[in-house]
Amino acid sequence: MTNLVEIRDLKVAFDSVPVLHGIDLDVRPGEALGLVGESGCGKSVTWLAALGLLPSKASVSGRVTLGDTDLTGAPRTQLEQVRGGRIAMIFQDPSSALNPVLKVGRQLCEALKLHRGLTGKPAKQEALRLMDMVGIPDARGRFALYPHEFSGGQCQRLMIAMALAGEPDLLIADEPTTALDATIQAQILDLLVRLRAEMNMATVFISHDLGAVAQVCERVCVMYAGRIVEQGAVGQLFDRPRHPYTRGLFDALPRLDGPRVALTPIQGTVPDPRKLPAGCAFAPRCTHARDFCHGERPDLLAQRDGRHLACAYPLPEAPAAREDVHAPREGVHP
Amino acid sequence: MITFVLIRLVRAVVTVLAVMTFAFVVLRMSGDPAQVLLGPDLPQEAVDAFRKEWGLDAPLWQQYLSYFRAILSGDFGLSMRDRSPAIELVLDRVPATLQLTLPALLLKLGIGIPAGIYAALHRDSAVDRGVIFLAILGFTIPSFVMGLVLVLIFAVTLHWLPSGGIGTWQHALLPAITMSIGGIGILARFSRSAMIEVMGQPYIRTASAKGVRWQDVVRGHALPNAAVPIVTIVGFMVGSVISGAVVVETIFSWPGIGRLLIVSVANRDLAVVQCILLIIAAVMVVSNLVVDLLYGWLDPRLRAQPAH
Ligand SMILES: Nc1ncnc2c1ncn2[C@@H]1O[C@H](COP(=O)(O)OP(=O)(O)OP(=O)(O)O)[C@@H](O)[C@H]1O
Ligand SMILES: [Mg+2]
Repeated sequence: MTNLVEIRDLKVAFDSVPVLHGIDLDVRPGEALGLVGESGCGKSVTWLAALGLLPSKASVSGRVTLGDTDLTGAPRTQLEQVRGGRIAMIFQDPSSALNPVLKVGRQLCEALKLHRGLTGKPAKQEALRLMDMVGIPDARGRFALYPHEFSGGQCQRLMIAMALAGEPDLLIADEPTTALDATIQAQILDLLVRLRAEMNMATVFISHDLGAVAQVCERVCVMYAGRIVEQGAVGQLFDRPRHPYTRGLFDALPRLDGPRVALTPIQGTVPDPRKLPAGCAFAPRCTHARDFCHGERPDLLAQRDGRHLACAYPLPEAPAAREDVHAPREGVHP
Repeated sequence: MITFVLIRLVRAVVTVLAVMTFAFVVLRMSGDPAQVLLGPDLPQEAVDAFRKEWGLDAPLWQQYLSYFRAILSGDFGLSMRDRSPAIELVLDRVPATLQLTLPALLLKLGIGIPAGIYAALHRDSAVDRGVIFLAILGFTIPSFVMGLVLVLIFAVTLHWLPSGGIGTWQHALLPAITMSIGGIGILARFSRSAMIEVMGQPYIRTASAKGVRWQDVVRGHALPNAAVPIVTIVGFMVGSVISGAVVVETIFSWPGIGRLLIVSVANRDLAVVQCILLIIAAVMVVSNLVVDLLYGWLDPRLRAQPAH
């Protein structure tokens, strides 16, 4: 099957400080891909760059193709067709992502007009249908309200409705639940899972929350300091993470099942993009690092089991002694 | 909404009262009109007679009460110089002042805001730097210096425009420009930073991510938000259409309210000064009121909130 979106060697620098160092990433039609990693590793920048949404001080190189369209270097008018029309994006803080001085109905109808040519009554009908679909109660009565009259969770539902307005092939959800409390988070995740199935739309789900990723996604990319370090099926990575960083992310998670064990956060902090270590960027924090790791950077290579991995001394393929601790989390296997 | 308006109305009235009282007390504490108007060498009887005639011999609080009663019945008192009603003297001067301040206001809005917005949208470009530089220059140079420089260039050296007085539109040109330059600078700076702030907001990114054309993002999503802070400054400027002319009218010998104020203060012409200050305060307060109401119209978030 051909890929919906292909990202090749995508690099981004801000004020000549590189923050993305060549990302290769494919999104297949209809699939749900997770993108995880600590704050600042470049998850958002990857997709903002792909859609040409970074400020002009960012220098972007590499190729992003959507079907036959090359998005990098595409003229602005063409990008504007793609944005919201074929690739829609929703963001972390829903309350500030909606324009505070425009009625939500108007913001929805704007998207409908841009991508589906709907105006007037049909636009309103469709907007109401979308509001209904994402679970806004009393859509008709709330059509003419302003964003501050909705809760954070409802604002995110509205953002999702707006993203669906253009019937996109791909929805980028950039930490859509981080700013919401736990029960609302779960509802929004359910909504995303349901909508993806209903609309047959690919989803890229950006998150710190591995549990949420497991619930929503089939495939996961783990990013560290502007690079992809491990990539594979959700089951694979969750069963047996092979990059010490991926493993570290799991060890830092509280477990709902199994015996209570002490959480072990990853030592140290994310490196400053201006002062990246010479070798593997994770080496200074890695308990498995050897001399080689500090001098040379491993490439992202395909493994026998289909995953991709960038580590010179990965964790073993076969189950290790602490198997019990790393049994799959609930909901990982379909 | 009703309480919103009511609370603001009450505040407006209180403000005007405070200005009235303050002006009354300060004027009466800061010099004797009899001395100024009659000269220093007059016999005591003449001074006493003058005081009695104008009610200046009564205790301050009594003077204040009768002043206040008179105002409420629409009587603003007589000028001590020629005994004509103060309000007429003042209102006579309003058109002359507006002939300067209104064109100046239009210049401020028409140049300052677009320049600021353009600079914000082309941040760090040569144009942006130019706008910042000129704006700072504009509001740091005091208007009397600016006025004199303009007169030197356009009146004295080039003989293009008259250096003072009222008459044709050419007479109004230099004073109106002088008056507007500071405001253009302030508005340009302010619109620029308001627009930069707004363009960095998440909802602007949302609009772009939705596929809205860039021009429409600016027009439909950014400007309505940037308007809120800009309106504050504009309200301030509208509020000073009467009071903003004092310096410039003096430089250009323009017979407006500003000059009348200067002359009347020098003469201790109490009724006239009080009348002018009252009108200035009223215009300020009304424009603030309008700004407050505009806020609610521009920003729905402020509508529901109680006034603070
Ligand atoms: N507009 C910008 N100007 C300068 N640097 C930026 C800008 N946007 C992002 N960066 C830098 O790029 C790097 C990657 O940022 P990005 O927002 O992609 O991280 P992220 O993985 O999405 O993190 P988070 O989980 O916090 O959202 C960070 O080091 C960040 O400081
Ligand atoms: Mg992010």
